[in-house]
Amino acid sequence: MTLDIKKIRADFPILRLTINGNPLVYLDNAATTQKPQCVIDAITAYYTSTNSNIHRGTHHLSNLATEAHEAARKTVQAFIHAEHDHEIIFTSGTTESINLVAYSFGEAFVHPGDDVIVTEMDHHSNFVPWQMLCKRRGANFRVVPIDENGELRLDVLEGLLSDKTRLVAFNHVSNSLGTINPARKIIRMAHDAGAAVLVDAAQSVQHIEHDVQALDADFYAFSGHKIYGPTGIGVLYGKETWLDAMPPFQGGGEMIDLVTIEKTTFNKLPFKFEAGTPNIVGPIGMAAALDYLNALDFADIKAHEDEVFNYGHQKLLGIDGLTIYGSAEHHTSILSFNIEGVHHYDLGTLLDTQGVAVRTGHHCTQPIMTALGIEGNVRASLALYNTKEDIDSLVSAIHKAMKILGK
Amino acid sequence: MASIQEIQSAIIEDFSFLPQWDERYAYLIELGQKMEPLPEAYRTEENNVRGCQSTVWLHRECRDGVMYLQSDSNSLIVKGLSALLMQVFSGQPAGEVVKADLAFFEETGLSKHLSSQRTNGLMAMIEKIKAFAAECASGKK
Repeated sequence: MTLDIKKIRADFPILRLTINGNPLVYLDNAATTQKPQCVIDAITAYYTSTNSNIHRGTHHLSNLATEAHEAARKTVQAFIHAEHDHEIIFTSGTTESINLVAYSFGEAFVHPGDDVIVTEMDHHSNFVPWQMLCKRRGANFRVVPIDENGELRLDVLEGLLSDKTRLVAFNHVSNSLGTINPARKIIRMAHDAGAAVLVDAAQSVQHIEHDVQALDADFYAFSGHKIYGPTGIGVLYGKETWLDAMPPFQGGGEMIDLVTIEKTTFNKLPFKFEAGTPNIVGPIGMAAALDYLNALDFADIKAHEDEVFNYGHQKLLGIDGLTIYGSAEHHTSILSFNIEGVHHYDLGTLLDTQGVAVRTGHHCTQPIMTALGIEGNVRASLALYNTKEDIDSLVSAIHKAMKILGK
Repeated sequence: MASIQEIQSAIIEDFSFLPQWDERYAYLIELGQKMEPLPEAYRTEENNVRGCQSTVWLHRECRDGVMYLQSDSNSLIVKGLSALLMQVFSGQPAGEVVKADLAFFEETGLSKHLSSQRTNGLMAMIEKIKAFAAECASGKK
C-alpha cells in the first residue's frame, strides 16, 4: 500500500502556512517535525478536561490523568517492542535520556581505567555526556572514526573493544549524514566484549522499523518532538536488569519510597528515575503521534521518503558546484550539501526568504564537520509529508539564491 | 562628516528604494564587495569574531578619540551587514558610538540577522565595537 500523501499533508495544519508570501516548504525535519492535528487535539483535550497531578491524588481528575499518562507508557512500550512498561522512563528528550545513563550507569559501572566508546558521527548530545563521564571517573574516552562514505569504521571499533570496555554509545542514524548504522552488528560486537550499549535513536525511530528486543539494545533513547509529537518529552528504554542495578539520577518527589532523616529508600521502576512532577501531557501528546504512525506502515514511510530523497539527490547533483556529503549504502532522507564558493549561512538565509526552511551550520556534530574538512553545510531533511514538489521548490529557490549571490 | 544619525537615515532611504527582498540582498552583498579589502595582517586571532556559523574579522583603531574600523566575513550577507556597520561607525567620535542605537536594522528589515541565536557573529561584532568605543572615549586606547 502506498501512502496517501495528500491526506497526510492535510493532517498537519502548519503546512498550510505561507512565509514571506511563499507556501512553507519545511525541510528541517531532523531538527524537529511538525505535529498532526490529532497530537494538537490530544494536548488540548488533556488541558480542557483531564488536567491534574498524577500518581498521588484521590480525586477523579487525578485518576484520569494518571491513567492517560500510564496508558501512554504502554503505547511507547508497544511501539518499540519493550518487554515491560516499567522499562520505559519518561525524560525531557534524548539529551536527558543519555545524560541519565551517563550519570547513573557511570556511577555504578565505570571506574578509572575503563573505556567508553562513542563515534565520530554522534550528535554532541551523545558525545559530550560520555566525555564528561570519562573525565569525572578517570575513564578513557574512545572514538570510532568514519570513512569517506560517512560509514563507521567497524574494523576500528573491533580493535577498540576489550574487557575494559564498559559501554558503547552510537547513533542508529546520523543527524548530519543520514547514515543508518548496522545497529544489530555493533550491539553484538559490543556484547561479545562484555560491554553495554546505548542506541541514540533520535534520528531513526521516525524513519525505520524499531524493536529494542530484536536489536538487543541495553539502552535506547529518542525524543517526542522528532517523531511528530510535542517538545519536552523523551524516552529512555533500559533493560530492567540494568535499570534495577543503577542508582537514581535525580532526587525528589515521586522517585522515593520512604524518607527519614537517616536515609531514603527509592521507588520501583520506572518511578525511581522520574523525580518530581513529570511532564504529564508530554507522553499523552507523544502517544497520539505514535498512534498516528501505527495507522501507517513503516515500510511505506521508508519507501516514500526514499523516493523523494532519490529525486532530491538527483536534482541537487544537477546544480553546478554542489557537493552532497555522505554516501552510505543504507541511509535515511537527509540531504547535506554545500555549493562551491557559497557560504552555507548565505544560502540558508536566501532560502528562508523564499519560504524554504533548511538547517545550516554544523548540526551539533562538529567532529563530523572536522572529519569532512568543512565548517558547516546546508541540510535538507525529509519527513513523511514531504513531496517531490518540495524538492522542486528547494531547487528553484537555490537557483534564485545563486543569482542574488552573483554566482 | 555626517553624523551617525544622518548616515543611518541615508541607509534607510537607500533601502526604501528597494521594495523587493531579492533587490535588498543583492544591494547588501554589493556593499560588502565594495568594501576596501581587509589587509592580511589584520586577520588575527584577536580580530576574529566567531559566530556559530560565520566568521567576522574586525580591526579597530582609536586615534584622538575617533574610531576607525575595517571588517570582513566569509559570508557575503554578513560581510554586507558589516559594511553597513562600518559606514555608520568608522570615522565617528567614540563617545557618539557609545551612545548610538542601531535603528536602521529594524527599519531596513535586516534585524532578523541580529537575533539572539549568535549564528552570524553580528551581535558579537556590535558588542566589540561598543566596548572598544567605551575604551577609546575614556582615553584607554
